[in-house]
Amino acid sequence: MNNKRREFLKIAGLSALAGLGAPAAVNMLVRGPGMAHASSGHGASSEHGGGHGEEKPAGVQHGIVIDVRKFAEDKELARKCIDACHSIHNVPDYGNKKDEIKWIWTEGYEHAFTEHSHYKRNAALHEMPIITMCNHCANPPCVRACPTKATFKSKENGAILMDFHRCIGCRFCMAACPYGARSFNWRSPREKDANGNFKYIKQVNSEFPTRMRGVVEKCNLCAERLAVGLLPACVEACGDTKAMVFGDLNDPNSEISTVLNENFTIQRKPALGTQPSLFYII
Amino acid sequence: MIEKALSGSSLYKGWMLFLLAIMGVGGICYLQQWNYGLGITGMSRDVSWGLYISQFTFLVGVAAGGLMLVLPYYIHHYKDFGRITILGEFMAIAAVAMCLMFILADLGQPMRALNVMLHPTPNSMLFWDMIVLNGYLFLNLICGWGVLHAEYKGVKYANWLKPLIYLSIPWAVSIHTVTAFLYCGLPGRHFWLTAILAPRFLASAFAAGPALLMIVALIMKKTTKFDIGDVAKNKLVTIIGYASLINFFFIGMEFFVAYYSNIPGHKHTLDYLFWGLEGHNNLVPWMRASVLFGLIGIPLLFIGRAKKSDLGIGLACAFLFLCMWIDKGLGLVLGGFVPSPLEYVTEYVPSAVELGITAAVWATGFFILTLLYKIAIEVKLESEA
Repeated sequence: MNNKRREFLKIAGLSALAGLGAPAAVNMLVRGPGMAHASSGHGASSEHGGGHGEEKPAGVQHGIVIDVRKFAEDKELARKCIDACHSIHNVPDYGNKKDEIKWIWTEGYEHAFTEHSHYKRNAALHEMPIITMCNHCANPPCVRACPTKATFKSKENGAILMDFHRCIGCRFCMAACPYGARSFNWRSPREKDANGNFKYIKQVNSEFPTRMRGVVEKCNLCAERLAVGLLPACVEACGDTKAMVFGDLNDPNSEISTVLNENFTIQRKPALGTQPSLFYII
Repeated sequence: MIEKALSGSSLYKGWMLFLLAIMGVGGICYLQQWNYGLGITGMSRDVSWGLYISQFTFLVGVAAGGLMLVLPYYIHHYKDFGRITILGEFMAIAAVAMCLMFILADLGQPMRALNVMLHPTPNSMLFWDMIVLNGYLFLNLICGWGVLHAEYKGVKYANWLKPLIYLSIPWAVSIHTVTAFLYCGLPGRHFWLTAILAPRFLASAFAAGPALLMIVALIMKKTTKFDIGDVAKNKLVTIIGYASLINFFFIGMEFFVAYYSNIPGHKHTLDYLFWGLEGHNNLVPWMRASVLFGLIGIPLLFIGRAKKSDLGIGLACAFLFLCMWIDKGLGLVLGGFVPSPLEYVTEYVPSAVELGITAAVWATGFFILTLLYKIAIEVKLESEA
């Protein structure tokens, strides 16, 4: 083969390869595989706090409206929610802040809503316990950051889930989450005492896996309970108080849509464009 | 060629043994981390990255700094860098090797590291960082080794190396740009959320990398027959000096934006780093020292050159290297976590085990560096003789 032909074939082959690969790569980059079903996001920010030209929501996006007033009325309620969640999900309690793992917890108003002004707020507001957990964002920065798709957005209901078996423990998602919703297993939660009992999990729920050390975990919106037709544990713990209303944000006839329509609600850090699926009635 | 690393003076052997000892101690430390988990470090829920990732970030800069030696020689045919280009490439190899070790040390599940390749995720900047870092490692291995081996054989290097050498130049920029993207693309971390982060990284890289090289070169001048020459040395001073000045200029811009705009979120971390926040001020002496080292280092560098004082230049480079190491190897990563997204101030102090592992990775890096430099300068001296 003469040199010219060889050169030509080389260039032709390379350009064909580049031509084949480029559009797919560009597509992946622009939309991202994790983002491919971003269309299941809700149109929340066009209704709640601005944003322009949002994609029309489609599919199911589960969310929760949290009525903070109800939690202020019943001081025990938040504790019930937290205990229900943490016991069902085998969340360990190490009794120190450094190793702490939490899926749902309460914050003071100034910590939950850092971007709001706290100047001259009424004292009662500062005493209100604000239930805090993963926001199951329609546009989740953690999913964008994860290098292995170990954290991903559920196609069924828009919840942000974790694959504990794929997570490499790089903690990029923890840096990416603007809500501090993610915890890391700094040590093994399966550690046992001399009698063979778990040291840090009071009563193991055999229906849900315990984790191994070195992986990230967080609220999963009770994916395992939703799958069998139950409500998320925290919502169920609230009973008939309506302190928490759960449902599909994209269904205009759902209870949660009605509640959102009838009340003034706020989201945490809406300016970041994450489109949280948690709404608060203060 | 490798045989040149196997024999040497007692100073060489002693130094390598010293590094091996540190690596041994670090290995034991890593075993402990392996058995217990990352909880053995000082990291916590609020400060979820510590010394490992901050060292990694800094060393990406040292690796990228090699560009400042490769570019003048291969693109501008600046012949006086002929003797040190290989040093830049080999320093990049050692630095990237350290980067990869620090990332592995930081993983909660290191055995799953290959998941990044098994499940490629182009929307994650960490995926791209894996690609550019490994790519840069191989580019420098191939180019550096290839060119040196040709010199060893007394022939011109193969033509196919040329495109790889040219590719390594933008590639060096890419490693530090993508590393900056790890940080500056995260919503809710105000300190990192700045478009100038990648330029700042590059400026400090182009100062810190050549500064380290200068120190090593001056040590080699004392301990071996290898001298990089006054012309190359003086040009390096110019590069280090200007890069340091640009780095300081960029830091100044961060200060202006934060304090003139007066937006609390933008000020918090700078407050924490330089003045302390809510009574927490672990990093304040470090950050102030960093600024001071820079203020001493830059003039000393140019004075050293004017007075033809190797000691002056070496000291200045040490000051500047430390200045950048504190700024990027401590403040930038650790500071980004304070305050937390929920505006709590949690401080981080590395544990002894963590320090041991960190020291061991640095020792491994210097071990690789010494090995490669030993080979390089012996080949150079032989071919010139």
